[in-house]
Amino acid sequence: MKILIKSGRIIDPYSNTDLIGDLLIQDGIIKSISPKINCDADTTIEAVGLWVLPGLVDMHCHLREPGYESKETVFTGTRSAAIGGFTSIACMPNTNPPIDNKAMVEYIRFKAEKDSVVKIYPIACITKGRAGLELTPFGMLKDAGAIGLSDDGDSVADSRLMMLAMQYAMRFDLPIIEHCEDKELVADGIMNDGVTATKLGLKGIPSAAEEIIVARDAILAGYTNSRIHIAHVSTVGSVNIIRGAKHLGIQITCETCPHYFSLTDEILDGYSTYAKVNPPLRTAKDVEGIIEGLKDGTIDVIATDHAPHDELSKGNDIYNALPGISGFETALSVGITYLVDKNILSPSEFIAKMAYNPANILAINAGKLAVDSPADVTIVDPNTEYIVNSKDFISKGKNSPYNGMKLKGRVLYTIVNGQCVVYDGKVVTGDNR
Amino acid sequence: MDNILKDCDVLGIKNMPKQTIEFILNITQKMKTLLKNGKKEMKVLAGKSVAIVFYENSTRTRLSFELAAKYLGAHVVSMSVQGSSVAKGESLEDTLDTITRMAADVIIIRHPYSGTPSVMAPFINIPIINAGDGMNEHPSQALLDMYTILENKGHLDGLKVAIIGDIYHSRVARSNIYGLTKMGSHVVVAGPPTLIPSGIENMGVEVSFDVEYAIKDADVVMGLRMQKERQNAGLVPSLSEYAYYFGINAQRLAMAKSDAILMHPRPTNVGVEISYDIVYGPQSVISEQVTNGVAVRMALLYLILEGSYNIENID
Repeated sequence: MKILIKSGRIIDPYSNTDLIGDLLIQDGIIKSISPKINCDADTTIEAVGLWVLPGLVDMHCHLREPGYESKETVFTGTRSAAIGGFTSIACMPNTNPPIDNKAMVEYIRFKAEKDSVVKIYPIACITKGRAGLELTPFGMLKDAGAIGLSDDGDSVADSRLMMLAMQYAMRFDLPIIEHCEDKELVADGIMNDGVTATKLGLKGIPSAAEEIIVARDAILAGYTNSRIHIAHVSTVGSVNIIRGAKHLGIQITCETCPHYFSLTDEILDGYSTYAKVNPPLRTAKDVEGIIEGLKDGTIDVIATDHAPHDELSKGNDIYNALPGISGFETALSVGITYLVDKNILSPSEFIAKMAYNPANILAINAGKLAVDSPADVTIVDPNTEYIVNSKDFISKGKNSPYNGMKLKGRVLYTIVNGQCVVYDGKVVTGDNR
Repeated sequence: MDNILKDCDVLGIKNMPKQTIEFILNITQKMKTLLKNGKKEMKVLAGKSVAIVFYENSTRTRLSFELAAKYLGAHVVSMSVQGSSVAKGESLEDTLDTITRMAADVIIIRHPYSGTPSVMAPFINIPIINAGDGMNEHPSQALLDMYTILENKGHLDGLKVAIIGDIYHSRVARSNIYGLTKMGSHVVVAGPPTLIPSGIENMGVEVSFDVEYAIKDADVVMGLRMQKERQNAGLVPSLSEYAYYFGINAQRLAMAKSDAILMHPRPTNVGVEISYDIVYGPQSVISEQVTNGVAVRMALLYLILEGSYNIENID
């Protein structure tokens, strides 16, 4: 079985490749990358004008299974990921029940085996039941297949427990991924604290709620000489803290999400529930800070925080609407539209944050185009513009604040282990569940 | 200017043009004259029905809307939902369905959640009047406040208006800020920093944490209700400290212009945000505000349901 990709712009940040050429896949492995490959193939993809990329890696998503199958399943979520260009995804453990023991990790792997079209890497809880009281068995979770630890949705509020988690994780070399929000400061806030919230008569969530935990974790990582990864950075203050910590040699990495470099809290005018997310959309100043952090490398990763919800969970009442944005199917085009097209990042710099960097943090074999490596490849038309209509999403979650907005760039092919799971812009198998 | 509000929603003052405010205040004057002349059995809105749907407790607002509708001859149906049923999780969709099925000519709604009337408006084909939504707006209150100031001062532009107290949680403050700044008043808001919402200085007002600074040389001093729960939430350490540093009393009121008026939307917490001796003192127009509330709501209902033809001869 051979797939020959012809005359595409091959971009591989890991090997510093950016050339027009051909890529040959044989038996699930990348066989060769070269300006010109002449051979027969079962499938030939003409890629003139297209980007040929390492399969994208999302280190932060919610597949909702088990427990919230009305919002998403492994079946729908992985097809949504594939159409977004992702070949490897790490799913968060705030399911019901949460992924806090060996059997639950095995269950996710079982579901992945059965229903997934991309590679799923489970993240397990830091604390039992995500309750913030006792650590989970990190060693057994890792042996079962967990590649990281997070109580995503909540911070580990107890600083002592967080320090113990960081220390204990060192033995198993598991990254700890922290959702940074001081619950007391968040209180009953609904959106970012500031003039927009004041004008709408909604209670605010101060940016300090995020930054306090970012700073605390940076201090703990420095003190214990262990590493920490900060999830979904949303404020300029967090970027500044992380930048400073990196200068001090603290082992800290971080991610942001497309909505934090492309949208501000003003989009909530009109009480739009689709724009309600945790952490909340911030101000133009924060967006500037996030962009600066992406540019100077303070922010390592762009993750989707794909958080699908059914319509009932979103409703039209911003008080009770659950936070979250369905992100798989817009992440790449938001990046192309708001970062690459605006010359903030080169295509290669952008793809590094969407592929190699997250793979490197999670220590998984993904995110690069290397000969003799598994053929996870994404082919993108970077020039096509389209209007987002979330009703067309494959994901069950239609909750996208980009609805009606014009974005640029579409995934045409997603290849996982040498198999086309997206072909000519369509999911190949079982798009109908 | 005729028909400027006919079949329109009144969701807030934020998006209400200055001319519309002026027009409503003008019609309010005429309504007040009718009231003064004892006209309480008019038929101009005969055959119209007004649905009053309150998801929050109210005394003045509800009563004055009811009276306003009845004085103009409309039918009034009224539904009161205990605050707890919203807390129990009645969705906005359910609320919407309930009130749509009442098939009234106008819906007057109060809801504890900010934004409820404006979120519902596109789904309802009859006009909605917002009678207070969460911390967002209370447009009829701001209109009656502006009318009361106008009646006493003859104009709104160039006046210094001090709004004192819990600005953070106050929809009355927000609507008054939108209205008064549009009308050219200089608005100063003052209170403890924990009760001043962030970014409010970008709404065209001056902000002070010093009540005496705010009151100094003011033409209008407006107090806001200080809810006792705010102390439990830790926003102020004690109500007596609040009264001492942030309360309006005779000594502070004397710092305003000698002809300044004292306002309060009620209910008052006497001895907390306002002292007993001034509530019924010579500068207080707090009772007038209540009467004007009926007139302003008559004006709104009349303009929405009937337009403005023949206002001189309504009966």
